[in-house]
Amino acid sequence: MIKEQLDKIRESALKQIGETDGLDMLNDIRVNFLGKKGELTSILKSMKDVAPEDRPKVGQMVNEVREEIEKSLEETKTRMEKAVREAKLASETIDVTLPSKKNNVGHRHPNTITLEDVENIFIGMGYEVAEGPEVEKDYYNFEALNIPADHPAKDEQDTFYINGDFLLRTQTSSTQVHEMEKGKLPIKMIAPGRVFRADEVDATHSPSFHQIEGLVIDKDITFADLKGTLAEFAKEIFGDDVKVKFRPHHFPFTEPSAEMDVSCFKCGGKGCRFCKGEGWIEILGCGMVHPHVLEMSGIDPNEYTGFAFGLGLERIAVLKYEIDDMRLLYENDIRFLEQF
Amino acid sequence: MDASLSWIKAYVPDLNASDQEILDALTLSGTKGEGFHRLDKNLEKIVVGQIEKIEQHPDADKLVICQVNIGSEKVQIVTGAKNMKEKDKVPVVLDGGRVAGGHDGSPNPEEGIKIKAGKLRGVESFGMMCSIEEMGSSKDFYPNAPEDGLYIFPEDTEVGADAVEVLGLHDTVFEFEVTSNRVDCYSILGIAREAAATFKLPFKAPEVKVEETAEKASDYISVEIKDKDLCSRYCARVATDIKVGPSPEWMQRRLASCGVRPINNIVDITNYVMLEYGQPMHAFDLSTIAGNKIVVKRAKDGEKFVTLDGQERTLDSEVVMICDGEKEVAIGGIMGGENSMITENAKTVLFEAATFNGPNIRKSAKRVGLRTDASGFFEKGLDPNNAEDAINRACQLVNELGCGKVVSGMVEEKSPIKELNRIKFEPERINKLLGTDIDKQTMLDIFKREELVYDEATNEIVIPSFRQDLVGFCDIAEEVARFYGYDKIPTTLPKNAPTTGKLTFKMTVEKTAREVAQFCGFSQAYGYSFESPKVFDKLLLPEDAPERKAIKISNPLGEDFSIMRTIPLNVILSSLGTNYKRRNKDVRLYEIANIYVAKELPLAELPDERSQFVLGFYGDGDFFSMKGVVEEFLGQIGMAADLEYDAKAGKPFLHPGRQANVLYKGNVIGYLGEVHPEVQETYGIGQRTYIAVLDLPAIIPYASYSRVYTGIAKFPAVTRDISMVVPVDVTAGDIEKMIKQRGGKKLEKLELFDIYEGSQIEKGFKSMAYSLAFRDKEKTLADDEVNAAMKKILNGLESMNISLRS
Repeated sequence: MIKEQLDKIRESALKQIGETDGLDMLNDIRVNFLGKKGELTSILKSMKDVAPEDRPKVGQMVNEVREEIEKSLEETKTRMEKAVREAKLASETIDVTLPSKKNNVGHRHPNTITLEDVENIFIGMGYEVAEGPEVEKDYYNFEALNIPADHPAKDEQDTFYINGDFLLRTQTSSTQVHEMEKGKLPIKMIAPGRVFRADEVDATHSPSFHQIEGLVIDKDITFADLKGTLAEFAKEIFGDDVKVKFRPHHFPFTEPSAEMDVSCFKCGGKGCRFCKGEGWIEILGCGMVHPHVLEMSGIDPNEYTGFAFGLGLERIAVLKYEIDDMRLLYENDIRFLEQF
Repeated sequence: MDASLSWIKAYVPDLNASDQEILDALTLSGTKGEGFHRLDKNLEKIVVGQIEKIEQHPDADKLVICQVNIGSEKVQIVTGAKNMKEKDKVPVVLDGGRVAGGHDGSPNPEEGIKIKAGKLRGVESFGMMCSIEEMGSSKDFYPNAPEDGLYIFPEDTEVGADAVEVLGLHDTVFEFEVTSNRVDCYSILGIAREAAATFKLPFKAPEVKVEETAEKASDYISVEIKDKDLCSRYCARVATDIKVGPSPEWMQRRLASCGVRPINNIVDITNYVMLEYGQPMHAFDLSTIAGNKIVVKRAKDGEKFVTLDGQERTLDSEVVMICDGEKEVAIGGIMGGENSMITENAKTVLFEAATFNGPNIRKSAKRVGLRTDASGFFEKGLDPNNAEDAINRACQLVNELGCGKVVSGMVEEKSPIKELNRIKFEPERINKLLGTDIDKQTMLDIFKREELVYDEATNEIVIPSFRQDLVGFCDIAEEVARFYGYDKIPTTLPKNAPTTGKLTFKMTVEKTAREVAQFCGFSQAYGYSFESPKVFDKLLLPEDAPERKAIKISNPLGEDFSIMRTIPLNVILSSLGTNYKRRNKDVRLYEIANIYVAKELPLAELPDERSQFVLGFYGDGDFFSMKGVVEEFLGQIGMAADLEYDAKAGKPFLHPGRQANVLYKGNVIGYLGEVHPEVQETYGIGQRTYIAVLDLPAIIPYASYSRVYTGIAKFPAVTRDISMVVPVDVTAGDIEKMIKQRGGKKLEKLELFDIYEGSQIEKGFKSMAYSLAFRDKEKTLADDEVNAAMKKILNGLESMNISLRS
């Protein structure tokens, strides 16, 4: 009798659940069957009419029905909630190809990007970064670098003078002297900075540009160390495949001196318009610090040796980013800067 | 420095490498090759032909039909040329051959021009007869070539011979970049010596022997040097029975290959020796030399002199002059005089080879405004021994060319010539410097090939006088390195103790500035350090403004680049102007660069170079956007607190009501504001423009990246809003300063949330509303504590003539 009642309740409940099409109706069903005044509850209430020995069995039957209804309710609820969420998501579909809302972050100048790349490489190798004055004493720019008063290099470099004693430095090499004069050895530094030469402005010249100087002074520093250090630098900045070539050259403040070429990183050395068909691009000047330069700055050349190098920041930036006119670097047109 | 292969091979006969190999090998041993030019490039199937018959073309007035004997056969060629006659011998390109270019002298095509048999106005033509230009050369190389028309060979030329060979065009001209220390390499002999050493081949110097007459040079001339500091050696030789005429073709071609135009045999000899030896020479017509003497002395200030190019030059007492018994005849080391130049009528010639003071020549040439080939050589500082070798070589060439008779002996005056330099040979030290393990014998072999003599007795290397660049140990090390091969030197890293790399603190702060600027939408600008003094007027600075005390460049590129900037705004404003003109919208730029503040003028000590962080924008944003960027930066470097703004910044280039100095702990560290409309207009910016300038040296001492965590408050804050009516001239800054002072330690936050000025408020007043938050970190704040603080604040407001809004 009770079993029949229970079967009926179960059947009716499951049927109602199956036919439901809203979450709120599910709740009504729960209340109607399982609530305090629900049908199943009322059966439990009528337990007192059941023979005591049958009560556990009946109780178990009631619980089974309750569990079955609850399970069905829960499953249906989960399914319906999922459907509702999916419908909502579907209605929220957007056209992802519409334009973005820009954050308008500013851009680094290509010079700075190049400078930071170079700095990071040398900082990683344990170099300190130093600075020197841009308006400089003649002594530091020339004489202390083994370029005496009558040396033709003084003319070659087309110096801007303030007066007989002061000038705008033509090379960051002057910073070498300041570092050496501090008297703290060993030295391992790079010195980026602005330099000046009396060149008229055109696509490949600027009267103001930037160099990065490097200087290492310690006991037992060799030309082989110079080669190794700069080869490592070239790989870091231009890629693992780049080859380097050292050619003898002349600088008054280094001896032996060299210029370093790298295999053209645009064509891989086959020859293209960037390397003017040569397959090699001249990147920097370098050499072993001239004993006379060490001596003038108070370092004993019999005890210490060192190497120095200098490279043009704009030169690297222009090559790396294929900038065909140096004037663009100083015009500050936002359409140019935004590309970096 | 240009050098032809045939000329180099005259002294290195065994040199058999390809042009490219020569260029590459010399580059790697230190004589950088810039390139080479093959004179026979694209010249194919060109022979010497003899024109046997010339007939008019039946259908073309401007063409003729020639029957040409090319040795093996006879061919018919139609041409438009006019300068030939029957029996003339000319270069003939055969069917399928190639020439370098057209006859009009326009640039030659890379692949040359292919010549094919064909019909010209219906008449068959089996090739082309050519001009010297079509052969890729010019009248400069072949002065006997006509201005316009076919090149015509001398009568005795063999018909059917290779025309390129006959013209000596199977040659290559190399262009080398010689470094300033290698004075000796500005000569064919120097380049040849390097080539010999590079390829390990014997070097054969010219054997100089002069046939002399019985006459003595000292009977013709005497030499006196009065100013020995300007001229250390003066050599003179005399040749008589001179026949001035063209020099032989081989000499003309060698001169032309180095870019020197042939003139006549005597002048050509001096130029030839200059190129060969790197020693400029001069030839005087001896009949113009008064008193049979040469005197070398300083010119007089303001003296005038006409050089052989016909120009009058003004001299001064630093210029060295060559004089005879009466007058000046040449500017020493620079150019001869018109009054003593070689003309066709010269019968007796005085050759000069001298050694002048290099720096003096360089400066004189600049002052006189006359840089010549000769001065270019002398200014490098020449070897006095070379003068004697060169003058003898010139006399030998007079013999060889048969253009005169050389009188016996050389007349000279000289200062004592320096003894040969000796450098101690230290192979271990060389290896230690290079990081190599080169054996001693290899080093000695290198020296030997370079003509450096090893003196075993003293263990010294004796340096020949032409190698003035070899002074000390490191120079010798470089000789070893470059001939051993830079590429063979190992590649290592310094083996010393590791070090820590880092930026300086200043650079770190500058990096933060860049990052903040970029996050706030500013892109980085770069500008020049020098600018025009007009900038001060553009920025409306008064005549006595301290910024006008700028450092002047004594030799600027022009007024626009003539002073070192003392105020950093011009770059940003000019760049904004450029962008505005190019219709770029909402442009934000920043720059970090120095200004240069002189302690005194004229400059007696280094100026103060102050790094300036400059921001500027037009378009989206206002004064307070800029103020936000400034505070963002200062916040990043730990300077958010203790900031104040003083509206009385007094900047004439800024809007008088929209500018402020930025103060940190009472010190001015920068300023910001809206650009004055007049300045904005001057710079061509059509929108309101805002700038900020932060003086980094004033900021860096206070900047800090250290932070201490203070704990997030556990107890609630009590907020109170106050709405008030404020006289317009009372600033938010004044009110906030007062509230902070009176609010006590528990006042945590103070925020303006409304400001209004207008019809609802009495004129002369504005409405302002602040939200105040009080908090005690230790406990929940009691109302009466807040009330007490509020009472103090309200009293303060009252004293400022501020009333609460009802």
